[in-house]
Amino acid sequence: MTVVHQRAAARPQIVASPPRAGGAAGPLPDRVLMKGNEAIAEAAVAAGCDAYFGYPITPQAELLEWMARRMPEEGRVFVQAESELAAINMALGASAAGARVLVSSSSPGISLMAEAMSYMAGSRLPVVLVNVMRGGPGLGSIGAAQGDYLQATKGHGHGDYKVPVLAPSSIAEAIDLVRDAFILAERYRTPVILLADGILGQAMEPVAPAFRRLDKSTPDWILDGAAGRAPRVLKSLHLQPEALEEHDLALQAVYEQIAANEQRWAAEQLDDAEVVLVAYGTAARVARTAVERARADGIRAGLFRPITLWPFPAHPLRDAAKGARAVLAVEMSAGQMVEDVRLAIEGAVPVFHHGRMGGMVPSPDGVVAAMRRALAAGEEAGR
Amino acid sequence: MELSTIIAGFGGQGILFAGKVLAEAGLLEGREVLWIPSYGPEMRGGTASCTVIIADKMIGSPIVDRADHAVVLNPPSMAKYAPVVAPDGLLVVNTTLIEAEPDRQDIELLEVPCTALAKSAGDDKLVSVVALGALVGRRRLVEPETVHRALAIILGDRHADMITLDTAAFNAGYEAGLEQVIA
Repeated sequence: MTVVHQRAAARPQIVASPPRAGGAAGPLPDRVLMKGNEAIAEAAVAAGCDAYFGYPITPQAELLEWMARRMPEEGRVFVQAESELAAINMALGASAAGARVLVSSSSPGISLMAEAMSYMAGSRLPVVLVNVMRGGPGLGSIGAAQGDYLQATKGHGHGDYKVPVLAPSSIAEAIDLVRDAFILAERYRTPVILLADGILGQAMEPVAPAFRRLDKSTPDWILDGAAGRAPRVLKSLHLQPEALEEHDLALQAVYEQIAANEQRWAAEQLDDAEVVLVAYGTAARVARTAVERARADGIRAGLFRPITLWPFPAHPLRDAAKGARAVLAVEMSAGQMVEDVRLAIEGAVPVFHHGRMGGMVPSPDGVVAAMRRALAAGEEAGR
Repeated sequence: MELSTIIAGFGGQGILFAGKVLAEAGLLEGREVLWIPSYGPEMRGGTASCTVIIADKMIGSPIVDRADHAVVLNPPSMAKYAPVVAPDGLLVVNTTLIEAEPDRQDIELLEVPCTALAKSAGDDKLVSVVALGALVGRRRLVEPETVHRALAIILGDRHADMITLDTAAFNAGYEAGLEQVIA
C-alpha cells in the first residue's frame, strides 16, 4: 500500500492511461486518455477541493470512485454519505466552515439536493455541484440526456435565486470549467452547477495531464471560531419580510453582476450562416458534425454554443442570428433551452427545436433534416 | 480525416478493451480520439458496444450514424450495426458465431473466424483483439506497431503476463485482414 501512495503522491495528476515506458518516475506525457467523470474529479482535486460529498448513481459513479481514492491520498475529506440529502447538507456545513467543496450526482439525486441548494444560495455559500444528466423524469434511464436544463437554470430549489450553470462540451473543456466553477463560486459566494451528461461522463478523450491549481484565500465570512472576534452568522431565515426583501435585493444585485460579467459562449461558422444552430454539451458536438454535413450539401449553417446556460448569452445570440433565416435549438430534451433562445431572439428570426429524449441522442443526419425543415418553415413564415 | 469504428458483441468478449486499445493507438499517433462505451442496460446480460473516433481535427458527434467501420462479434450486433455502416465502409464479421450475410451490397465485407482464431492464439476471450487486428490489417487506420505499443500500455504492469498473448491474437487477426486483400 505504501508504494502505491508514494507513486500517487509523486505523480498526483497522472491518470487513466499513464505511460509505463519510463516507469512511474518518467516524464509526464503530453496527453493521456481520461474518462469525463474522472477528469472532472481530478480537475477538482488539482484545483484544491478540500472536501467531497456524494452518493453513487450512474452515470456519474466514476467521479465518486475517483474521489474516494484521490481525496484520502491528498489528506483531504471524502465522504460517501448515506443519501444525497445528507451529502448536500454536509457540503453546506463544510462550505460554511470555509472548505472548498465539490458535490456530484445525476438527475434524480440532484433533485434530492434542491432544498439544501436553496439554503446555500440564501446563505451565500459557495459549492460546486456536478450534474451528469441522465434520462427522466423520475428514475428515468441511465442514458445521456439534457432534461435538467430548466431545473439548473431557473433556480433548482425554492425561492428567488439563480446559480451560474457551466456546460462543457468536451472533456478538456470540462477540466477548465471545473476550475472556473470554483472561481465563480468563491468570487460571488454562490453555488455553481457544472451541467454535464452521461456521454461526457462516460467517454474518454485525450487531455493534458497537468491540471491547474487554484489559490485560496481565507474569506472574512466563514465560521471558524469566534475567539477574539465578533460572532458571524450564516443563515437563510429572515422572518421579517422587510429584512428578507433587503436580503433578496442584495442577492439580485449579485445575480445582475454575474449576468453582466460572466456570459460565455462559442461561435462556429456563424459569419455567413443562414441557419443558426444553438446547442450545448453533447448536443453541440452532434450539431457541429451536422453543420459540417450541411455545409457540404450547400446549406450555410453555423453553431452558437452557450457555455454559461445561466447567465444565458442572450445578446450575443441575437447578434449572431442577425441575417439568418432560421434558428434551430438542438437538445437532448423535449425543448427546454429553446425557451431561452426564443427570449433572446425576440421574434427577430423564426426559432425551431429538434430534440430526443429519454437517453436517446439526436443523430447528425437527424439534425441536418431538422435544419432543412426549419429553413423551409422559416421561408414560409417570412412570406 | 475522421474515422469512426463501432465494435459490438456480447459482454465479456472484450469489446470495451479492444476499443480502448484502438483509442490509445490513435492517441500515440498524435490524433484526436473519442472513446464512448455503451453503458446502458444492454451491458447487463446482453450486447456491449463501443465507439471509437480517430481524427486529425476536433471531433464532433459522439453519435455515429455513418460508421466507417463496424466490427460485429455476435448475431444481434450484426443486425443492429450492419445498417449503420457508411457506403464503402468496412464490416468485419465474426464468422465463428455469425452465419447470416449482411443485406448490404454497398459496403466491404471482411469475414474472419475471430473466436476460432482467438482460441488458437490461446484464449477465446481475445476475440475482440483478433477482430481489431483484422480491421487494422484491412484498413490500416493506425499502424500495427502502434497497436502493439498501445496493448503494452493498457495492459501495463498489472496484466503484463497478457501482453504476449494479446499481441499474438492481434497479429493473427492482422494477418487474416491482410490475406483477404491479397485473395
